Amino acid sequence: MKLQRKNRLRALCIGAVAVSGALALTACGSDDSGTETDPSASAQAEGIECGDAEGQLLASGSSAQKNAIDAWRKNFAAACKVQLNYNPKGSGAGITDFLQGSTAFAGSDSALKDDEIKQSSKVCKDSQAIDLPMVGGPIAVGYNVPGVDNLILDAATLADIFNDKIKTWDDKAIAKLNPGVKLPSTKIQAFHRSDESGTTDNFTKYLKAAAPANWPYEPEKAWQAKGGQAASGSSGLAQAVKQTEGAITYFELSYAGTEVKTVDLKTDAKEPVKATIDNATKAISEAKRVGKGNDYSLELNYKPTAEGAYPITLVTYEIACEKGNKAETLPTTKAFLSYIASEKGQALLKEKGYAPIPAEINTKVREVIKGLS
Amino acid sequence: MDISTKTDTPPPPPVPLAAPTKKSSSVRPGDRIFLALSRGSGILLLLIMAAIAGFLAYRASLVLSKNEGNFFTTFEWNATASPPDFGIAVLVFGTVVSSIIALALAVPVAIGIALFLTHYAPRKLSGPIGYVIDLLAAVPSIVYGLWGFIVLVPNLNGLFGWLDKYLGWTAIFAWDEKAPNALFTVGILLAIMILPIVTNVSREVFRQVPQAHEEAALALGATRWEVIRMSVLPFGRSGIISAAMLGLGRALGETMAVATVLSPEFVINASLLDPGGGTFAQNIAAKFNEANEQGRDALIASGLVLFVITLLVNGAARAIIARRKEYSGANA
Repeated sequence: MKLQRKNRLRALCIGAVAVSGALALTACGSDDSGTETDPSASAQAEGIECGDAEGQLLASGSSAQKNAIDAWRKNFAAACKVQLNYNPKGSGAGITDFLQGSTAFAGSDSALKDDEIKQSSKVCKDSQAIDLPMVGGPIAVGYNVPGVDNLILDAATLADIFNDKIKTWDDKAIAKLNPGVKLPSTKIQAFHRSDESGTTDNFTKYLKAAAPANWPYEPEKAWQAKGGQAASGSSGLAQAVKQTEGAITYFELSYAGTEVKTVDLKTDAKEPVKATIDNATKAISEAKRVGKGNDYSLELNYKPTAEGAYPITLVTYEIACEKGNKAETLPTTKAFLSYIASEKGQALLKEKGYAPIPAEINTKVREVIKGLS
Repeated sequence: MDISTKTDTPPPPPVPLAAPTKKSSSVRPGDRIFLALSRGSGILLLLIMAAIAGFLAYRASLVLSKNEGNFFTTFEWNATASPPDFGIAVLVFGTVVSSIIALALAVPVAIGIALFLTHYAPRKLSGPIGYVIDLLAAVPSIVYGLWGFIVLVPNLNGLFGWLDKYLGWTAIFAWDEKAPNALFTVGILLAIMILPIVTNVSREVFRQVPQAHEEAALALGATRWEVIRMSVLPFGRSGIISAAMLGLGRALGETMAVATVLSPEFVINASLLDPGGGTFAQNIAAKFNEANEQGRDALIASGLVLFVITLLVNGAARAIIARRKEYSGANA
C-alpha cells in the first residue's frame, strides 16, 4: 500500500515537471502581438480600404498559397479588425467547402471545371463562381548530385527521368545538355508527391504540354507514372532530396531554401532559365486567358520563346461568386480581395517567395472584384 | 523476493448481493433505474455503431456502382476521374503485411520487457521504465512519422544492405538501393508504436499470475526461467494474445506515421524493401484533401473494408481466447 502511494507521488512529480516544461516552452513561442498600432493609420499605409468589412471571414483551399494568405491576413486584420480564417486543407476540399456554401471564397491551384461551375449556381443565386488569379509561383526542380552545382535539363529529359526511362545521372541525354560537367554514375531516384496535389497537377501539365512524346500520362493531381518514389507534401519532398543522394524532385521554389540546388531549364529561348520569381512572372504574362465573362482562368504557355521566361509555374486562384455572394460576408470579401489584388498586396508576394500576377491581368482582376455583388 | 510484495494488497471485499430478499418480485426503484440506464447505454452504443456502418455503406454504395474497375482486384486508384477506376487489392496487402511485420518485431520485445519488469528488474528500475513505456504511447503519431522520415529512413541503408546481402535470394528481402521508404520501414515504425500497449497489457497479465503457482514451481526446485516457462507464460498466454491483437488493431489503423514514411504506389512488390504498396489509412490521408465528392465516397468505401478487417481480427482474437479459457485469469 505504502509503496503504491510512493509510486503515484513519483508519477505526479514527473507529470508536473513535464507540464511545467511544456508551459515554459510555449511561453517562448508567444506571438509578437504586443505592438498595437492605430488601425486606420496602418490601413492607409497598406492601401487597405475596409468599407463595411466586419466580423469573421471563412475561407479554405490551396495550401500552396497559405504563406501568402498568412501575410495578407496579418495586415488586413490589423487594419480592418476582421478575423480571416483560412484553412489550407487543399484545393479540392476548398472548392467542396465553397460549393456547399460554408466559406466566403476558396483558394485553388486549378481553375474550376465545367461541372463545378454548373454546381456553383446553387450557392451563387442566379449566377456562377469565377476564378480570380491572385498568386503565381515557380515550381522548381531540385536535385542532389554531389559535385554537380549547375544542371541544365529540358522538358523531354525531365519527362524521361520522372517516367523512369533515364536511370543514371551519367545518361547520354543529360550529358548532352551539360557539356563539360562531370556526371556521376549514381542511380537517379525521382521523388514525387504521395498525396494528391495541385503542384503535381501543374508540373505534369507542363510535362504533357512541353514533351507530349515523352510524357504519355494525363495531368492529374495524383501522380500517374509508375516507378519512382514518393514523399508527403512539398516539405517532405525537400527533405527527401536533402537526405537522398541522386534524388530529383519538384516543389514550390520557397521550399528549396539554400540547401537544395535547382535545375536550370532549357526552353525554346537561347539561354537556359533559372527558377526565379521574376522569371515565373515573365512566363505568366504570356498566359492565355480561357475564362469567359468575368472568369479569369488562365492557360499557361509551356513553350515560351521569350528570354528568361520560366515555364513550370503555378497560378493559384481565389474563387468567389460573380453575383449572389452572401450579403453578410460580401463587404468583407470584397475588401480583402481588393487588398490582395492591389499593388501593395501583390508586392508583398515577392517577399514570401511567390510571383505577383502580371500587371495587365491584375488590373482587370481588380475591376472584376469591384463589380462583385 | 520482491515478487511477494505485489499481491499483499487485500482482495476487494465480496460485493453484497443486491436486495437479498425472499420475495424475488420486489425490486427496489434504484435497481430499476440503474437497469434502465445501463440497458439504455448499451442500446445507444449499438445504435451509434449501426449508424456509422450504415453511413459508410450508403456512401460507399453511391460510388461502387459507378466503379469501372473491380473493387477487389484493380491495382489503381483513380477515384476522382469520371468514370472512377479504383480497387483495394494493394491496400489490403500493404495494411496486412505492414501490421504483421510490426507484430513480429514488437511482440517478442514487448514480452521480454514485460517479463523483465515483473520478474527480473529491481523495483527501483521497473517503476521508471514502466513510466517511460507509458509515455511512448502518449507521443502523437505524426511525431513518430517525422522521426521515422528524418531519422529512421536515412539510417536504414546499412540494415537494408545487410538484409539484401544475406537474405536477398528470398526475393522478399531483395533491395535495389532505392531510398528505404518501404513497407518494411513502416513495419519497424509501427512496431515501436505498438510496443507500449502490448507491453502494458502483458505486464498486467504477468502480474496476475497466482502467487501459489510460482511458489509451487520454486518449491519443486525450478530456476527463475523455469518458473516463467512453466507458470507465467502458460497462464499469460491468452493475455499475450489479446495484447498482440490490441497492438494489431492500432497498427491496422495507423495513419499519419505511415503516410509520412511510406513511398506509396499502386503495385504489389515481392520485396518488402522496395518502395511501393500502401495502407488503407495512409491512402485516405493522402487522397482525402484533394478528392471531390465521388473520390471521398470511394475512400469511405475503402474505410468500410478496413472496418470489416478490424472486426474480423477482433473476432479471431476472441475465438482464440475463448478456446484457451482454462488458462485465463477468470478461472484461476
